[in-house]
Amino acid sequence: MQVNEHKPLIVAFCCNWCSYAGADLAGNNRLNYPADVKIIRVPCSCRVNPMFVLRAFQRGADGVIICGCHPGDCHYTSGNYYTRRRMAALFSMLDFLGIERERTRLEWVSAAEGAKFAATMNDFVEKVTALGENKRLEDLRCKR
Amino acid sequence: MQKITQNQLIEKAASLLSDGTVNAVLGWSRGEFGYDVTPKMFKTEEDLKENFVWNDFCGVNFSKYLVSKTDRFDGKILVFLKPCDTYSFNQLLTEHRFEREKVYAVGIPCEGMVDVIKLKAVTGEGISEIKEDGENLLVTTIYEDAPVKVAFKDVLLERCINCKSKKHVAYDELMGDEGEVIESKRFDEVAKIEAMTPDERFAFWQNELSRCIRCNACRDACPACTCEKCVFDNPQSGVENKAPANSFEEKMFHIIRAYHVAGRCTDCGECSRVCPQNIPLHLLNRKFIKDINEFYGEYQAGAEVGSRAPLVDYTTEDLEPGEVFDRRDIDA
Repeated sequence: MQVNEHKPLIVAFCCNWCSYAGADLAGNNRLNYPADVKIIRVPCSCRVNPMFVLRAFQRGADGVIICGCHPGDCHYTSGNYYTRRRMAALFSMLDFLGIERERTRLEWVSAAEGAKFAATMNDFVEKVTALGENKRLEDLRCKR
Repeated sequence: MQKITQNQLIEKAASLLSDGTVNAVLGWSRGEFGYDVTPKMFKTEEDLKENFVWNDFCGVNFSKYLVSKTDRFDGKILVFLKPCDTYSFNQLLTEHRFEREKVYAVGIPCEGMVDVIKLKAVTGEGISEIKEDGENLLVTTIYEDAPVKVAFKDVLLERCINCKSKKHVAYDELMGDEGEVIESKRFDEVAKIEAMTPDERFAFWQNELSRCIRCNACRDACPACTCEKCVFDNPQSGVENKAPANSFEEKMFHIIRAYHVAGRCTDCGECSRVCPQNIPLHLLNRKFIKDINEFYGEYQAGAEVGSRAPLVDYTTEDLEPGEVFDRRDIDA
C-alpha cells in the first residue's frame, strides 16, 4: 500500500437548483463518490466568475468542475447558456497557457441525476489524481 | 512613411478650430525625444502650429481618451482616427462610454506605425534624430556620427505587419483615400502556439509572462478597459497594483485582463505596443478572438455600432467546453 499517495482537492461549483440537488440525491441513494470533492453551492452556474476558477486553483485546488442545469432547464431561463460560452472561452485559454485541460470541466447534472453526479465525480477525481498535483497554477504562499 | 502630411493635418485642425466646428483638438505632440509622441489637447492655432506632430510614431489610439476628455470638457473635440482606432471608437460607442455629439472624428489613412523597441534593437539607445528617406528611416544616435539606415517595413509594430483593416468604420470626415478590410494572417502566430504540446506552451508563456512588472500599462492603454472601478484596483483582492509575487499572479493578471475584454477587443494592439517588457499580449486577446470566431461565428468587435458581443450572447446550440477540445484534437 502506498502511504504518501497524493489526495487531490477538487472544487465543484454546483448550481442550487439542479446539481446541488443532484448531489443531495446521490447522498440519499448512498452512492459513493470521493470525499476529495468539495462542493460550493452557487445560485446559478453563471454565478461562477472566471476569477473563482483561478482563485480555486490558487488556494490549492487540483481540479475545478462546474455543474449546472441542463441547457434549457436553467431556473433563470438562460444562465447556463452564458456559462457555456464563458467557460468554453476560459478553459480554452487555460489550455492555451499550457494548463492541463483535464483539470477543468463543465458538466450538466439535473436534480434527478444522482447517479450521474456520482459517476461524473468519480471519473473527474480519477483523471485529476492521475495528473497529480496542480503545479502550473499554484500559488506557493497558499500551500497547504 | 505616412501618405498624409503633418501640415495637412495642422491646416485641417486649424480651420475646424477657427470656424468653430470644434473647440479643442486631440492630437499628438512631440515628447522629449522624436519617438515618444505624447497625446495632447490643443486649444489654440498657435499651439497646434508649434507642437502638433504626425509621424511614424503616432501609434496612440485616441478612442479611449475620448471617454475622459468628453466627460471633462465642455464643447466639441476634434479627434484624428487611424483605421484601427475607428473600430475601438465604434466599440466604445456601442458601450455608451462617450457622447457621439461631442466628438468630431476625422479619419486619416495610416501606413503603419514604427515599433520603438524594434527600432532600438537595430540602432541602439541614444536616438537623437529620425529622418525619413523614401522607404527608409535615417536614425542618428548620439554615439555614432553617421546615421543608420533602417527599412521602414522592418521596424513596423506587430499590429501593423498584420494590419486587419485600412478601412475606416466611423468618421465625420475622411482625409485621403479609403482603404479596404485586409485578409490578414494575424491568427497564424496563435495557431503556431496551439500546435505546440502543453509543456511547450506552458514554457513559452512562463517565459513571456515572467517578465511582467505589473505596470498596468496594458490595462490603462486598452480602449476596451474603461471600467471606472477595476478588479485590479480592489485593495481586498490582494493583487492590487503591485508587482506579481509569483507565477500564479502573473498568469492570473493576464488571463483576467484578456478575459475581461474578450468579445469586445477590436485587436487594436495597444497592449503590446505599450508593454515596456515587450510581452506579446495581443496573442492572448487574439486567442479569444480566434476561439470566438471558430465557435460562435466570425465577429469583429467595433465593425458596427450596436452589435452584441459574443460572450454576452448565446444560442441553444453552442458547443460544450469539452467538445471544443475534442474538435481541436480531430483537427490536429
